[in-house]
Amino acid sequence: MEPNYLEYKGKYKGIFAWIFSTDHKRIGLLYLYAVGAFFCVGALLGLLMKLELIAPDKTIMEAQVYNSVFTLHGITMIFLVVIPGLPAVFGNFLLPIMIGAKDVAFPKLNLLSWWVYVFGALLALSSQFMGSGPPDTGWTFYAPYSFQTQSNVLPAVMGAFVLGFSSILTGLNFIVTMHRMRAPGMGWFRMPLFPWTLYATAWIQLLATPIVGITLLMIVAERTLGIGFFDPAKGGDPILYQHLFWIYSHPAVYIMILPAMGAISEILPTFSKKPIFGYKALVFSSLAIALVGYFVWGHHMFTAGMSGTALYAFSFLTFLVAIPSAIKVFNWVSTLYKASIDMQTPFYWATSFIFVFMIGGFSGLVLGALATNVHVHDTAFVVAHFHFIVFGGVGYAFFGAIHYWFPKIWGRMYDVKWANFGWLTFFIGYLALYGPMFYLGLVGMPRRYFDYLPEYHGPNILSSLGAIVMIGGLAIIITNLIISSRRGETAKANPWGGSTLEWTVPSPPPLENFEEIPVVDKNPYEYK
Amino acid sequence: MEQHSGHALVHRDDEASKIGMWLFIFTELLLFGGLFVVYAVYRHLNPVAFHLAAEELDVTVGTINTVILLVSSMTIAMATSSIKLGNKRLTLLLLSITMILAIIFMVNKYFEWGGKISHGIYPNSQTLLDLSQGDVLFFGLYYAMTGLHALHIIVGLVIIAVMFFKVWNGSINNDYNVQLENSGLYWHLVDLIWIFLFPLFYLIT
Repeated sequence: MEPNYLEYKGKYKGIFAWIFSTDHKRIGLLYLYAVGAFFCVGALLGLLMKLELIAPDKTIMEAQVYNSVFTLHGITMIFLVVIPGLPAVFGNFLLPIMIGAKDVAFPKLNLLSWWVYVFGALLALSSQFMGSGPPDTGWTFYAPYSFQTQSNVLPAVMGAFVLGFSSILTGLNFIVTMHRMRAPGMGWFRMPLFPWTLYATAWIQLLATPIVGITLLMIVAERTLGIGFFDPAKGGDPILYQHLFWIYSHPAVYIMILPAMGAISEILPTFSKKPIFGYKALVFSSLAIALVGYFVWGHHMFTAGMSGTALYAFSFLTFLVAIPSAIKVFNWVSTLYKASIDMQTPFYWATSFIFVFMIGGFSGLVLGALATNVHVHDTAFVVAHFHFIVFGGVGYAFFGAIHYWFPKIWGRMYDVKWANFGWLTFFIGYLALYGPMFYLGLVGMPRRYFDYLPEYHGPNILSSLGAIVMIGGLAIIITNLIISSRRGETAKANPWGGSTLEWTVPSPPPLENFEEIPVVDKNPYEYK
Repeated sequence: MEQHSGHALVHRDDEASKIGMWLFIFTELLLFGGLFVVYAVYRHLNPVAFHLAAEELDVTVGTINTVILLVSSMTIAMATSSIKLGNKRLTLLLLSITMILAIIFMVNKYFEWGGKISHGIYPNSQTLLDLSQGDVLFFGLYYAMTGLHALHIIVGLVIIAVMFFKVWNGSINNDYNVQLENSGLYWHLVDLIWIFLFPLFYLIT
C-alpha cells in the first residue's frame, strides 16, 4: 500500500514538502489554507462594518476608515476568496480524482498558479501598509475616482491583475485536464457534475479575465502616465471603464457560483440515494449560464447613462439567465422527491443553499427589471441581493463541500453535533444579517455609507446582531473542522455511500490517487 | 507501474501542451481585445483627429517592421520543421535569425518612439495636451498598444533564447520539440497582433 498524500515524503522536508509540491491534492490544501485565512480577515472586516452601522453617527470608525474597510473587504472577498474558492480548492483536490486521473495536465503550472496567487494577494494587501493610506475606491476601482484619489490604489490594482493570471492558469489547466485525462470509458456525459461546472467555469476564467486584466492595466497607465483613456478632461470616457470592468466582473459572478452549483449537485444525490434528476439538463444549464452570463454586464450600469436600446437588451438577457438557474433548482428539488434522504451536515448546507439561492435569485430579477432597478440602485437592497447570491451561494456550497469531502481529504470525521449546531447558528445569524437589508434598501438606505438617518435604526440593529451571531456560527464551524482534522475519528473510504470515483479510493487518497486507472462503465450517479 | 521520485509523474502529452498553448493564445487575443475595443470607441468618437494624427506616423518604418516580423515568423516556423527533421545546426541558425530580426524590430521601435518623444509627444506631455482630445487619445492608444506589443516581443525574445539553448544542449530534439513548436505559436501571435496594429495606426488615414 502506498503512503497517502498527507504522509508522503518527497525530496523536500517540512513546509517545503508542501509549498514546492506539484501534487494537486497538496496544492488544493495550500489554496484552502490561504483562502480560509483571507476569508477570516474579510469576515472580520464585514463584522467591523456592521458594528459601525449598529447606531447612527460615528460608532467605532470615521467615514474614511469605513471607506477603506469596505474596499478591503470587497477586494479580499472577491479576488482572494470567492473567485479561487471552489475551483482552486475543491477543483484542484477533486477534479483529477473524479475523472479518474493521477493529476492535472500541467502539475508544475498548477503549483505556479498558487505562487502567483500568493504573490498577487501580498501585492494587493501591501496597499494597506505602504504609501498614502489604504485604497478607498471600493473593489470596483471606478474611474475617474480610482486615478484621482490620493489613497494607495496602485498596488491593489496590480494585485488584482496578478491574481487574474493565477485564475487564468487554473482554468487553462482544468480545461486541458478534462479534455485529455478522463479515465477510459468516461465519456463527456459520464463525467460527474462538479467537473462539468468546473469546465464551464474554466472557460469563463479564460475568456473573461484578460479583459479585466487589460482594464486594470489601463487604470495603472492612467495613474502613472496620465494616459487619458478614462479621463473626461482628456476626451476619455469613464463609462467605458464601467463597461470593460463588468465585461469581466459580471461573468466572474458565474466563476463563483457555477462550481458552487456543481458541489450541490454532488451532495444532493449522495444523501438522497437516488440518481440526480435531469443530469443533461444540469450540464447544459451550466453551459448556458456561462454563455449568457457573458452578455449581461450592462445590468450593473442601468443608471450610468446608456441608450434605451442597450437598457432593454441587457435587461432581457438578464432575465434569460434566470431560466437555466431555475432549471437547476427544479432539478435539485426533483432529486429529493421520493428519495430516501439521509439527514447529514452536508445535506443541511445543500438544502439551505437552495433556500438562500432562491431568495438571491428572485431579488436579482427585481434588480434586472429596469423600473425597479432605478428605485433600489445603490441601496442596501443591492448589498443584500449580492450577499444572498455570492455569500449565500458560494459560502453555503463551500461549507457544504468541506463537510462533504472532509473525510476524504483528511481521512477523519468531524464532530457531527458541533457541525450541525454551527450550521444552525450560522443560518439564523445569516438571515438576520442580510434579511433586514432588503427592507432597508427598499425604504431608501444607500449602500457604502458609514452613517444613516435615525429612521433606519431598528432594522440595522437586527442586522448587526445577526452579524455577531453569524460570526459566532463561523467560529464554531471552523474550530470544529480544525480540531477534527487532527483528532477526529478515522473515516472510511466511502462514509456517505457516494457513487463518484473519489469514493472508490482510500481516505486520504494515496499520492497518485489510483493504483490503476479505473475503467468507467456506468453513469456517475447510480446507487444500489 | 511507473516509478516516481518525489512527485514527478512520467507523463508526456504533446497534444495537451498544444491545447494549453492555444488556450493561452485566446487569453492574449482577449487581452489586446480590450484595447481594440477602446480604439474602436474612440476612433468612432474622434474620426477627424484620428485621421490627422495617423498621418504623423512614418509608414516606411511601420512597413519595414511589418516585413521584419513576417520574415521572423517564417524563420521560426522553419526552425520547428528543421528540428523535426533532426537538423540541429540549421535550427540554431534559424533561431538566431529570428532573434536578430526581433532585435532590429525593437531598434526601429526605439527610434520611432524616441522621435515622437523628442517632439514632446508622449502621454501627459504639455505639447500633447495642447492638441485636441482626439490626438491625446490617439497617441495614448499608440503608446499603450505598441508598448504592450513591444513587451510581448521582449518576452518572445527571451523565450526564443531559452529555446536556442535547449536545442543547443539537446533537450529539444527531433523526438521532443513541442516546446519549440509552442514558442513558434506564441511568436506568430505576436506577429498577428502587429498585423492588426500596423493598419490601425499607420495606414488608415
